[in-house]
Amino acid sequence: MALLEIRNVTRRFGDFIAVDNVSISIEAGEFFTLLGPSGCGKTTLLRMIAGFDLPDSGQILLDGKDMVNTPSEKRPIHTVFQSYALFPHMTVADNIAFPLRMAGKTPDEIKSRVREALDDVRLSNFGNRFPEELSGGQKQRVAFARGLVNRPRLLLLDEPLGALDAKLREEMQIELINLQKDMGVTFVFITHAQNEALALSHRIAVMNQGNIEQLDEPSRIYGFPRNRFVADFIGKISMINAQVLEAAPSHLKLMVAGLGEVTAPSKEGVRVGDTGVMAIRPEQVRISHHAEETELKNHFLGKVQGFLYVGDVTTYIVELSNGASIEALLPNSAPGRAKFFEAGDPVAVSWRHDAGIFLND
Amino acid sequence: MIKNSTKANHAAKWLVSGPPLLFLLVFFVAPSIIMLFTSLRFPGEFGGLAPITAPAEAVSGEYGLTLETYQFFFSDILYAEIFLKSFGVAAVSTLICLIMAYPLALLIARSEKRFRNLMVLLVVLPFASNFLIRIYAWMIILGPESVLSHFINTVLGAFGIAPVTLLFSPFAVLVGMVYVHLPFMVLPLYTNLEKHDPALLDAAQDLGADAWQRFWHVTWPLSLPGVFSGSALVFIPVLGMFAVPDILGGTGDILVGNLIKDQFLGTRDWPFGSALSIMLTLAVLAITGLAAWFAQLATRQRSVTETE
Repeated sequence: MALLEIRNVTRRFGDFIAVDNVSISIEAGEFFTLLGPSGCGKTTLLRMIAGFDLPDSGQILLDGKDMVNTPSEKRPIHTVFQSYALFPHMTVADNIAFPLRMAGKTPDEIKSRVREALDDVRLSNFGNRFPEELSGGQKQRVAFARGLVNRPRLLLLDEPLGALDAKLREEMQIELINLQKDMGVTFVFITHAQNEALALSHRIAVMNQGNIEQLDEPSRIYGFPRNRFVADFIGKISMINAQVLEAAPSHLKLMVAGLGEVTAPSKEGVRVGDTGVMAIRPEQVRISHHAEETELKNHFLGKVQGFLYVGDVTTYIVELSNGASIEALLPNSAPGRAKFFEAGDPVAVSWRHDAGIFLND
Repeated sequence: MIKNSTKANHAAKWLVSGPPLLFLLVFFVAPSIIMLFTSLRFPGEFGGLAPITAPAEAVSGEYGLTLETYQFFFSDILYAEIFLKSFGVAAVSTLICLIMAYPLALLIARSEKRFRNLMVLLVVLPFASNFLIRIYAWMIILGPESVLSHFINTVLGAFGIAPVTLLFSPFAVLVGMVYVHLPFMVLPLYTNLEKHDPALLDAAQDLGADAWQRFWHVTWPLSLPGVFSGSALVFIPVLGMFAVPDILGGTGDILVGNLIKDQFLGTRDWPFGSALSIMLTLAVLAITGLAAWFAQLATRQRSVTETE
């Protein structure tokens, strides 16, 4: 039995449907992420799991028990809030002790568990500080410790890394993965940052306008997006309008207007004559000075339109002969080398026949 | 360049804070000093003050500076009793105001934003009519012929208890004090409660706190600064108030305020009136100082959970 089961949950605010007939089941020990743009319904769903809000229809079951009559304070579910929501009038130790105290633990147990929790988040000497005396990362760790100290069945994390700078965020991501592994607590993580979701999760539900667009493992979400929304939302991707010419069990043959034929991996349910886009990730596209240099079937000529240098890699935007643009990513692995092509250079782009994906309209 | 701008800043600071400082100097510090001096002098024969040096034609009388007024204050237990009673009335009024104002302030702070200003306006609306008129209105409400009196005495009569008079009693004084000062408690409480981050209550609930625990562990401790400033704004004025006991109190309901007023307007003993004022000021300073110290202790007490 799944630890948490969300069954056909719908939540409306007036005419607006925030969560539209969503069903998810989350297993014990899982790091599950709800990913989506703001307003997609992920926060509403989280608030219903936490017990701050109730579904208009559908059920939320924890260990098979419907939670509808269980108020938030009685649910073995704790939340790490985006703003941390640490109690400003309490010391770090008192903040962490709070859920234990509410649960009526003995002073001795509280003392040892708080000690332990402080050690777990590497804040052993910060027990007597007040939240305002901590840095952002330290506050974050106190929030984690407070959420985990009473060993909830489920820990909800509402964009907890949103307020941190990029470097600290990466550190906290690693810390979060370790915490989850060590504690064995099930995490439900909410974020709009797709790279965070990919880095942390066992499974991701991509949400949009109250619906789940795709629920899968990170590599499947990234590699095999189910539709244009998911493809576009997760990572970078180039999309070129195409029509299906041939749908074989081994491959698809697509027609791109003004460019020619493209071979793509086969996909279930695609029929000859379907229109859609041929989508391809920048790192799958090879770029070279001359067409002769490649033996790949999918290769086309174009012109470098511009590039984006970000240090480790450079993304080149190539305009194809039919006017469509495609992005190609090259690692800057040669020391001191920042770019290999200039804007305006005539180039050839190519990709393997099993790269890319056809997405129906 | 930097030096110039700091100099300009300095000038601007004085320009802005100068006038209010001057105001306080002229209308608070100077009168306090005058009062202190007045308390050390002898009363004049027909009120006012006796001259410091004896005039040439004087036959008898007391001139110069003296501590006699203070000796007089401490020689009669009556004055200490009146002081004590006044502090009692002020403390009880403050407590009743707090108990009545807290739920109201919480209600306003937690209602929808667009209604809040209207509700605050309603709280201060009584200020729109004259203070004395409002107190006189209570004479009618509490008077022997009022609906309230009839109702209470009918109920008491049913239980075989003798009828009571509401007006001209310590009860009426307390009602008047609470009525007049309630807004002074509501406003600072509301200002404090309105600033609380609602996420803290969500967090408390999420971590297992029921409604009462959320109030006791989060809302109440965070509201203590508001509680203390509201209490000061009620306690101190009640202590010096003379109009309410004058109008609503009986002959026995004399408070410090009445006593001081009588020295200036009735007995015409300015030095003793001044001495009483000085004593009251000192007492208030002592009490508010103590309260501030407690407030600091209460709001920032170090951990209850030892980790060391």
